[in-house]
Amino acid sequence: MESYRGWFKRSKREIAQISKDPVLAFFILLIFAALFLFILYPLIKVIVLSVFSKGQLSLGILGDVASNWYFRQGFYNSILMGILTAVIGTGIGFLFALTLAKTNVPLKSFFHLIAIIPIVSPPFIGAMAIIMLFGNNGFITSTLLGIHNFKIYGFRGLLLAQVITFFPVAYITVRGVLESINPTLEDAAFDLGGSRWNVFKKVTLPLAIPGIASAILVLFVETLADFGNPLILAGSKFPILSVQAYLQITGMYDLPRGAALAFILLVPSVSVYFLQKYWVARKKYVTITGKPTISSHKVISPTVKWILFSSCVLVTAVILLIYITILWGAFANVWGYDNSLTLKHFNYVFGVGFKAVTDTLIIAATSTPIAGILGMIIAFLVVRKIFPGRQNMEFVSMLSFAVPGTVIGIGYILAFNQPPLAFTGTLLILLLNFIFRYIPVGIQSGVAILRQVDPSIEEAAIDLGADSQTTFKRITLPLMVPAFFSGLIYSFVRAMTAISAAIFLVSANWNLMTVQIMSQVESGRLGAASAFSVILVGIILVVIMMIRMILTTFYGKFGGTMLKI
Amino acid sequence: MSVKLVGITKIFGDQENIQKKVLAVDDVSFEVKEGEMVTLLGPSGCGKTTTLRIIAGFETPTKGEVWISGKMINNLPPNKRDTSMVFQSYAIFPHLSVAQNIGFGLELKGWKPKDIEKEVRKIMEIMEFPELYHRRPEQLSGGQQQRVALARSIINKPSVLLFDEPLSNLDAKLRVQMRIEIRRIQKTFGITSIYVTHDQEEAMTVSDRIVVMDKGEIMQMATPFEIYSHPANTFVADFIGRVNFIPGKIIEVKDKWLVIRFGNGQKEIENKFGQFKKDDKVMIVIRPESLDMSSPEEDQSYAIQGKIDKSVYLGATIEYEITVKGMNRKINAVIYNPIEKGFFKEGDLVNIDFNPIAVHVLPENGETVS
Repeated sequence: MESYRGWFKRSKREIAQISKDPVLAFFILLIFAALFLFILYPLIKVIVLSVFSKGQLSLGILGDVASNWYFRQGFYNSILMGILTAVIGTGIGFLFALTLAKTNVPLKSFFHLIAIIPIVSPPFIGAMAIIMLFGNNGFITSTLLGIHNFKIYGFRGLLLAQVITFFPVAYITVRGVLESINPTLEDAAFDLGGSRWNVFKKVTLPLAIPGIASAILVLFVETLADFGNPLILAGSKFPILSVQAYLQITGMYDLPRGAALAFILLVPSVSVYFLQKYWVARKKYVTITGKPTISSHKVISPTVKWILFSSCVLVTAVILLIYITILWGAFANVWGYDNSLTLKHFNYVFGVGFKAVTDTLIIAATSTPIAGILGMIIAFLVVRKIFPGRQNMEFVSMLSFAVPGTVIGIGYILAFNQPPLAFTGTLLILLLNFIFRYIPVGIQSGVAILRQVDPSIEEAAIDLGADSQTTFKRITLPLMVPAFFSGLIYSFVRAMTAISAAIFLVSANWNLMTVQIMSQVESGRLGAASAFSVILVGIILVVIMMIRMILTTFYGKFGGTMLKI
Repeated sequence: MSVKLVGITKIFGDQENIQKKVLAVDDVSFEVKEGEMVTLLGPSGCGKTTTLRIIAGFETPTKGEVWISGKMINNLPPNKRDTSMVFQSYAIFPHLSVAQNIGFGLELKGWKPKDIEKEVRKIMEIMEFPELYHRRPEQLSGGQQQRVALARSIINKPSVLLFDEPLSNLDAKLRVQMRIEIRRIQKTFGITSIYVTHDQEEAMTVSDRIVVMDKGEIMQMATPFEIYSHPANTFVADFIGRVNFIPGKIIEVKDKWLVIRFGNGQKEIENKFGQFKKDDKVMIVIRPESLDMSSPEEDQSYAIQGKIDKSVYLGATIEYEITVKGMNRKINAVIYNPIEKGFFKEGDLVNIDFNPIAVHVLPENGETVS
């Protein structure tokens, strides 16, 4: 650790250096101020409200919450659900990744597409479909099997929904790691006399372990933070923390208790997230040679290959079932009773419900480009510029990844409800929330790309007479285009599908499709909810295709393949 | 457009914490005359690249002054300096075409597109690669990228051209070709140039003068001939080419001549720097190719007598490793045209001799002579 004096001296020197470029210095200050105000300050509000009472430090509210059986149960349930989803979801994700990265089975791109769909759709679609299939009027339970009081609410149903929702994240993480393993390592192990099983056990699996560990932790954090699925499926007998916090605030108007529950949710999420980011993610054995490595298909024996294939078909069938259910539900007259086809739900959405569609589009279309550009600027500053608090800037902007949406939502209503920051109920609060929640992906992909760009390319531009703004505009930004667009797509998808924070921030003036879907589900109007969902997923797919087309037009065939999704 | 460095010092890392401090450049001063090509040569970590980056403005010196054309430019940012750098990685902008890369500097200066095109075509003509005008960077070979990078710098007519190990990413044959090419273009345009390399052969080929650096300090600045034939100290002698160090002792000083005893022989050598006295311990510096060898039967006069330890036949030359009684170090000898001069076998006894003008005497402790 450097001494305080050393830090001070270094900062002074860095400030002196950065102040030579006043435009840059101004930008940095502005970004710091914005990050503080829209990421840290709401969190501080939540923490303060849960550990201070009447202006004094007290654990009263936390103690109160901890001694309540119902809240304790909510905490255990959330953790249990997180662990189980993480383990099972990563297991399925690993099977998918192994099949797609290490075998030559047919239908690979179809499997990939199916695994991507849950990522680009609202996270509670799984829960909705499960109710429509297995609920009281469920198609499978009631219509097909004639069981009328099947208990899908609670542990079983929620676990199923969470695994389906989150396994794709594990699949993408693990596949990335499996594909980065240099196939010559496996070849070398075969060459040294290893059997298939031995090579898999001693080479492939150990090299994939950091990816698997990282997937488990990420899934744990995401499940813990998830709000949509539990709100629909958990039911009162299986309380979940994020839903409890929401209900305390919207149902009981008990802000301190809501904040205390949010705080309890915050601690495990943030600690596990940073454990993943700074410990597990560092252990990845990534060998970048610059040469494309062709994945080896030798590790998996033909028998195992077809077993893997069959399990992929099974999982794919379940996902398809869910989306077909939603699609059918959108056209069915009264789901479960009268399955004849109708357009009345769509008429409803395009009539009464249409304001939510336009609101959502306005909010997503405004927040997405801002988040995208801000992400690139922060990535650039963090990688290329030296200024005091550089690491803090990256840390704070990554923080919104780790913080559950529920906590951020509560933080925002606490932080921005009085002048001069009275934003509650406005468009601005929704925009700010989306911008600052979804910059991390842009930052991460921007940082990754910039670390691969030789700094001398930018130096060459400066050397040829460009100032720092011109260099950023003419050289750095064009090189970051792929990162910019993956950040853009991610922010757009998230802005369209977000619910956990947004549900606290919507108002009569500005509403979101996701919140509309949720309230339709709650009032039992599954047809309207399905129609909304179909339109929502449709918009997302169209926008992704449009962005792809723009990239292909302007950057040739190469541009289209720059996107991961 | 001359370049002058005065007392340039660069300390990296923490000013407070001495352990973390790295003295990269230590009180370096030299001058490059107009139109001259000077090479900074030294092993990796000797501070040569840092010195170059200080001249370009990418690093700020901790102490000292950088002067270009009589102006002190310490406070000028790199984009305002009239220097242009050819980077080790070439740093071709990957999203721009070859023509756009070369015209980048002119575009920044606000030239009209038509004039830029004319100028770019002209420079590509002079540098003999007009066919690459429409190419994309990913379609270029290493040597072509090198040319584009050089053209991109030269087109701006900078006062000073800076080369940062420009050939280290090329294969051996191309390297030889390109260093001649670089020298030709530098002479054609007459641009004052500073060239950084760790390859002494490259330095010998391209430079008017060479600055040999080690551990942040200048060891010697002289013409390639001086550096090779009269290295200022044992570091320079050892770093430039191959060398034999033969420890000896001065037994007599006769006005311009030193009588030095070494190994199992003695020799009179010119006292070039006039700083030695009787009983001084010295190092005699002899290049392997300056040694003559003969068999004891045919020739009685010798400087040193030894036994062949190893012989390696390389076609044009033959290299011998010779052990001499009373000397720790083996002596390396390179004999050109072995077919005419005859071969020795391992184990043969040989007489070794040399012409006194081909050797050089240094103090034993490695101190610099001047």
